This record gives sequence, C-alpha cells and structure tokens, in this order.
Amino acid sequence: MDDTRTLRFFNRGPSPVARLVFFSVLSLLLLFVDSRFQYLESARKVLAVMIYPFQRLTALPGEALGSVAVYFETQETLLTENTQLRQQHDADAAQLSQLQAILAENAQLRVLMDLKGRVDYPMQMAEIVYVERDIFKRKLLVNKGSQANVMPGQVVVDDFGVVGQVTRTYPWLSEVTLVTDKDHSVPIQNQRSGLRAVVFGSGDINEMALRYMPVSADIVEGDVLVTSGIDGTYPPNLPVAKVTRVERDPAYPFARITCEPLAGVDRHRALMIVSGLPELPERPEAAVEPTAEQERAKKRFKRRKP
Amino acid sequence: MSNGYAKDQEFLLPANTGFIVFSLFVAVMLNWLPWHGWALALRPDFVALVLLYWCTHKPHRIGIGIAWLVGIFADVADASLFGQHALAYTVLAFGGIVLHRRVQMFDLRQQSLHVFPLLLLSYGAYAAVHWQVRGFVAWEYFLGAVTSALLWTPMTLLLQALRRPRRDPNEL
Repeated sequence: MDDTRTLRFFNRGPSPVARLVFFSVLSLLLLFVDSRFQYLESARKVLAVMIYPFQRLTALPGEALGSVAVYFETQETLLTENTQLRQQHDADAAQLSQLQAILAENAQLRVLMDLKGRVDYPMQMAEIVYVERDIFKRKLLVNKGSQANVMPGQVVVDDFGVVGQVTRTYPWLSEVTLVTDKDHSVPIQNQRSGLRAVVFGSGDINEMALRYMPVSADIVEGDVLVTSGIDGTYPPNLPVAKVTRVERDPAYPFARITCEPLAGVDRHRALMIVSGLPELPERPEAAVEPTAEQERAKKRFKRRKP
Repeated sequence: MSNGYAKDQEFLLPANTGFIVFSLFVAVMLNWLPWHGWALALRPDFVALVLLYWCTHKPHRIGIGIAWLVGIFADVADASLFGQHALAYTVLAFGGIVLHRRVQMFDLRQQSLHVFPLLLLSYGAYAAVHWQVRGFVAWEYFLGAVTSALLWTPMTLLLQALRRPRRDPNEL
C-alpha cells in the first residue's frame, strides 16, 4: 500500500488513537479558553496578520469581476441612470433647501433653550473585504483596523441606517457583527411614539425581533425604530429597523413583533464607521447599605466617646 | 467508472511534500473565496476533502497533527472559536487514517459512500461545538457534507491524474 517507504519494524510514534485523544483534548482546551477568557486574542492577531495577504488574494477574483462588469455597462444603461440621478438630484435639492431652513431654525431654538448642540460624530469610510464564510454567524470584515484607530464597540452605519458593531480589530482589518446576528441587541426608540425598547437580531439576514413588549405596547406595522442613544454606545437617532408584523395574541404575555433591518445589511461594499462616541457623565453609584462591620465600628466609637 | 479505477494496476508518482502542501494551499484558497448565502451553505469543504484524500492515500505523511494545524488557520480565517475547525479536522483525519485500507479497496463511487459519514462526523463536531457555545444549530450547514461527498470522485480523479507520471515525449 504505502509504496514509497522502506519496511520498518518499529512503531511510527504514537498510535492514531493517542493522537486523536491528544489533539481533541488540545482543541477542547483551546475552545474553553477562547470562549471564556481573552488570552488568545494576541495569538489570533499574529496569525491573522500572517494569513492577511492570502485573504486579500482570494478577494481579488470577485473584485475583478465587479470591475469588468462596470467596464461593460452599456451606454444606454448609463444614460437612463444619468436621467434618473438628475431627477433624484432635483428632488433632493428641493428637500435640502427645506432641511437647511429647518436646521437653522433648530440651531436657534437650541441656543434659546440653552442646550448643547447635537454632537457631530466623526466617521470614517471602510470597505467590505469579505463576508463571513461561517453560515452560523452574521459578520463582515472591513478594510480598516486598529492602524486606523478603529476600536471594538464602534458602530458601523451605511446610508440607510445601522449595519452593526465592530467586535474585534486586527491591524488592517476589523470584524463587524451585523445587527441581524443572533442575540445582538440594539437599544431603540420608536420614532412615532417615542417608546423605548431593545431590538434583537434573529440570525436571519432580513429579520429582527422586538422582544418582551407588552401586548398593549404602542407599536404598529410600518413604525421606524431609531437608536435611542441611552446606552452611550450607539449615537442617537440612527435608523435601525422597520416593523413588518405585529401579532397580539392574548394567550401570551408579550406581543410578537417582527422587524426588518433598514440598512442594506447584505447589499453594500462601502460602510461608515462612527469613530467618536458621545462622552456621557459617569453613572452615579448606587447608595451602599452600611455593612454590619461598619455598624459595629460606629457603635464602638459612640460608646468610647463620652 | 465502476471498474475503470483499479488502484493496484496504476503506477503513481511518490507524492512529494511540495505537491501535498500545494494541494492543501489551493484547497484553503478555495475555501476562503467570498462565498455568500446559499452558495455558502452548499459550499463543499475543500480543505476537509483534500485532507481526507491525503489521510487515506498517504496516512504516514499527512496525519492528525497537520489536520489540526490547518484547522487552527481555518479558525483564524473564519473568526470561529480557536479549536472549532481544529477539532472537526482532527476527527476527520482520524477517521481517514483508521479507514484508509478499507476505503482504498472500493471504487470511487463506493468510496464516496464511505467518505460521507466521515464528513458528516466532522461537520457534526463543528456544529456540536457551536451548539454548546451559542445554543443553536443552522441545519442547512450539513448540506455542505453532501456536496463535499459528491465532490470526492472528481477531486480524487484530479489528484490521481496529477500524480500519474507524464509520458516521456522522446520515448519510442
């Protein structure tokens, strides 16, 4: 069978079973350490830098196909697109002038009300390098990393709304967990009624769920959910999702509310990373109950006093 | 196909290390292509297939240790937990090594039927870890095991063809 080897009468190292046990235990140990602690992040970064050139190499065919497709776009499609864009531009310009008037008015009102102006968040552009190849997870990798001051926890948006959150950074890449990732949660506010809640990802690419809402909650189909900005992680007023279905079954304590993410979670190449987060004043500490030890000390002190 | 492939009548070049490494490299590259959506669910695991090929055909060259190492790199590239792919490939390589004599007795179609449970076991190990950590399993993930088993025949033919000695053009 093993045609190229000379005959050996002695064992070749440990038996397959011993190897299986050794490497399985090693894998399980790594799994345990990686899921519970943060020790392996630096090792992961070193390996990620090693394989980075190859990852870029595999992304090349797709990029090349895209550029070829752009090259062969016909004049006709370009013309129609041009007219469409022109019309869109006219409509937008009209809206923009209205918006400017409103902005000016708003600024004046804010000054009058002695409020701090709304913070402008610095953003940086990033491009999707590739989509996660693990079917269980909703993640992207974008081409800005810790070299460009991207930090875990920063929010990623596109022109329609929140796409996700940076969860891990490498030197030149960072990993974005999409809002539709299973159990990813975003604190939101209903734009129409002002109701605050938390929206959860479902693991499905175009579905999110609003859980633990009472049957009587003021939510109807078509409501737009925007970030509330209360947690200090997400900037306020970014659109997140739109309510697509509300089921109120009195047999259950909570209403079943299904939403659809507004951002093109699987549509774009270019995304924006919101890099400055508003500085919130520190949360006041909860009042501490005096412990038994302190009480006793106090009593002793009192007794000694007279 | 059924009796066109007879192993003992065929002379294959000894697999040199460069060729093994190159085939694994190509498989890794194929796995890292930007698969997406249903294509991702149906994507055969090229790395698992090539590992299994070498484990069944050259069990003393490619073993569990190398499978584990490849798995670690796959874990980094896929941003899965450290050890998740490594465990799956370890189980796969063990299965391949234990069954290597048996698998080689059959023709290619029957080999695919032997390979399928091994792949399923490896996919199962990966999914089980995911289920333990995250609490759910995406069932369409297992479709990949079916497509991988279907790809076994063409991939074996390709690798065997590359290992066959070239005919010398100056030969009489």
